[in-house]
Amino acid sequence: MFTAGAESLLHQAREIQDEELQKFCSRVVKLLQKDDPGPDAVDALQRLFLIVSATKYKRKLEKTCVDLLQTTLCSPKCPEQLQFLCAAILRERSPADNLSLSWDHIQSSQQLSLVASVLLAQGDKKEEVRSVGQHAFRVLESRQPEGPSLRHLLPVVSKITHLAPHTLHEDQTNLLSKRLVDWLRYASVQQGVAHTSGGFFSTPRARQPGPVTEVDGAVATDFFTVLSTGQHFTEDQWLNVQAFSMLRAWLVHSGPQGPSAPDADDKSELEGSTLSVLSATSTASHLLPPQERLREKAFEYCQRLVEQSTRRALRKGDADLQKACLVEAVLVLDTLCRQDPTFLYRTLSCLKALHARLCGDPARARALLPIAQFFLSHGEAAAVDSEAILQHLFTRVPCELFHSPMLAFEFVRFCGDSLPLFGRNLDILKRSFPNLFKLLAWNSPPLTSEFVALLPSLVDAGSAVEMLHALLDLPCLTAALDLQLRLSPAASERPLWDTSLRNPSCLEASRDPEFQALLQHLLRAEASGTVQRLAPLHELLQPMTGCARVVQCAEAVPTLLQAFFSAVTRFADGALTNQLVLVLLERRDSLYQVPQYEDRVHRWALPPPACPASESPPPGLRPHSAALCSACPAARITPGPASAHAPLPSPSSLRSVISGAGLRPSPWSLPDHLSPFPKSWSTQACVHATRQPQLPLQWAL
Amino acid sequence: MVHAFLIHTLRAPLAQDTGLCRVLYSCVFGAENSRDDPRPHGAERDRLLRKEQILAVARQVESMCRLQQQASGRTPMDLQPQSSDEPVPLHEAPLGAFRLAAGDPFQEPRTVVWLGVLSLGFALVLDAHENLLLAEGTLRLLARLLLDHLRLLTPSTNLLLRADRIEGILARFLPHGQLLFLNDQFVQGLEKEFSAAWPR
Repeated sequence: MFTAGAESLLHQAREIQDEELQKFCSRVVKLLQKDDPGPDAVDALQRLFLIVSATKYKRKLEKTCVDLLQTTLCSPKCPEQLQFLCAAILRERSPADNLSLSWDHIQSSQQLSLVASVLLAQGDKKEEVRSVGQHAFRVLESRQPEGPSLRHLLPVVSKITHLAPHTLHEDQTNLLSKRLVDWLRYASVQQGVAHTSGGFFSTPRARQPGPVTEVDGAVATDFFTVLSTGQHFTEDQWLNVQAFSMLRAWLVHSGPQGPSAPDADDKSELEGSTLSVLSATSTASHLLPPQERLREKAFEYCQRLVEQSTRRALRKGDADLQKACLVEAVLVLDTLCRQDPTFLYRTLSCLKALHARLCGDPARARALLPIAQFFLSHGEAAAVDSEAILQHLFTRVPCELFHSPMLAFEFVRFCGDSLPLFGRNLDILKRSFPNLFKLLAWNSPPLTSEFVALLPSLVDAGSAVEMLHALLDLPCLTAALDLQLRLSPAASERPLWDTSLRNPSCLEASRDPEFQALLQHLLRAEASGTVQRLAPLHELLQPMTGCARVVQCAEAVPTLLQAFFSAVTRFADGALTNQLVLVLLERRDSLYQVPQYEDRVHRWALPPPACPASESPPPGLRPHSAALCSACPAARITPGPASAHAPLPSPSSLRSVISGAGLRPSPWSLPDHLSPFPKSWSTQACVHATRQPQLPLQWAL
Repeated sequence: MVHAFLIHTLRAPLAQDTGLCRVLYSCVFGAENSRDDPRPHGAERDRLLRKEQILAVARQVESMCRLQQQASGRTPMDLQPQSSDEPVPLHEAPLGAFRLAAGDPFQEPRTVVWLGVLSLGFALVLDAHENLLLAEGTLRLLARLLLDHLRLLTPSTNLLLRADRIEGILARFLPHGQLLFLNDQFVQGLEKEFSAAWPR
């Protein structure tokens, strides 16, 4: 789709010289000054937009041209296409110092919206955001609630709230809250009529519009929401959609830490706290102050959405929207309960029922995350045990849905964002690291940085050794997950495994009970406290070492090891440090043989030693061979086949690595007969004999 | 809310490194608060920064998309356009998300949701705690609308000179970066409105 022609066009746009550009601007000016600027004007503006946007450097446009663009944008007679182009060009040039838009006379709210988009792109050096906000509210105040074309203004207001919430006064906030209540709760439940005034297509049939319907086709049972459908929509139904779309951000803005009225703080808080007791019963809700009333109506809206989400949508688009609405409803309920804890008891039963319903539905698993976050935030206050919910979340979801990139990303973000809320439930998170690693192993490019941030909270003294092994085995986990998908494919339209590798030979062999046991260990959901030698699995899964996903994972491991050791520094004592170092040594040639993986780990863990001369091994010892080994007094230790060219580790180099990673340097304190390292290089040759150290296994934790 | 929307080129995963990742269209909704910069030409620098931020996102999306394609074993042939009559199966198009830490490259932490359709990448740069299900749906919708209304699959057309249509679609379906909860019927209604205002 991006053809050579397009590339050349882009090139031309970038290379056009100033002089030629000025001539072009003059042409644009002439075209725009005509009474009826035709398609030529559109064409010229399209080209001008490309010229301005194609380069990151500023393009000098003639002042007359820029002024004319501004005038055209604000002109009432300007066709929509030209308006959009003028706005786009002006916005593309932003921030610009010489902007002067006169917009007080503009009647069309679509035009206002376009002008606002240009002003908001200026970076607020001249308080443009405030002036746009004030202007928008003036329009809002002056129109009737059902007035036409307010729907172009609400997104502007939403943007202002987002960019500069402090620019709105309390009375403006109250006004909007009142309007939002009307739009959310009292929109028409009759379908709109097709009409011809530039809106929807008109149909020649003059039919009485019926009531709106639910997404499953049934007649609507209650008030209008975003999940209500019909052939045509009325203006207030439009505003209902927009109101809900901006609701959460608005609630946060207008909440207790709300707008910048001078004496808002003490007084309204006090009033709020006494009146909120009343709001729980909600009989006299129309007497409530606007914020309270909005919360009440928002609560009803969310409850309705949760009910509507149980319906079986006829169209796929609506089914997808139901899921998004569920998530949003839970997020809004969470915000409401934070602002007013009296909502809590009403919300809990609703969410518990919802959670039970969603547990058995993998298609809606993503909605479990905000529910879990809700229970983490409010569980204690409501004396609800969130443990069961978290247990289900951490043990089931990653196993079943690791292959969904969006779920994996959201899951890990949930872990990171909710860390402060876990409290005594942090154990569940920590125990579940094998399951979390599945998400990482399958989706390593986007999740590596997330895990670098998360690792410090996952690892502790009890799990460090097991986790280190798991990190070193991460690429093998990727291969095992691919295998698992092939063996028991999930019901989906296309295969989820690597389709460039067909029928790997390990498929059948993996059904062998010996391998099954090892696979079970690798694919465990929770930390087991034990470590197993997975070398047979490495061999079994050899055909998969070339898979792109496995390779990507292998590339991420050194970064993760770095993060792991940085985290472990904070609590590891000498004994643990030694254990971890021994793990590294033991595993240095017992890694899944992904191309270059071993080298990368070695390079990370064992950089070229900058040792003092006395400790460097004599050159003749570097390539170690069986002959050297047999000369070694500790010859019962058999060398392995691989990595004959890996640099030999010396105690001092390891210590420098450890201290480089931030670990406290610890004395090399193992007893002599157990130490894999001789004290002095000059006498002992067999320093490589660490492949199967005959150490008392301290692995069982 | 959405901070920015962009469309850029996606080169095939195993193709030789011909050319660069090009941003074909970008729209930033509002602006990040500019740092107090007493030096002259602050406005130009702000714009330069903004363009570079967008390019950085495009490059990262291209990289993520490429990695995802490789990981699932898809061949570069999948990136070639099919016949222009076939609807593009957007539900099978690669899609993903990643986070951008504060300062890298935006001041605030952001999340990017991206979609790869043939040789075009579409991306939404969102605030840190957005409803990603809604963002995903919106992105698919925008891609479908742009493919349909700009007829991007026809070899001779390109979107470089069609910014007005892109803006027209964005103004209705993502006004000022506001993600909208639009059910199917609302989408149809808006689409009819757009077609009426902007005849092909």
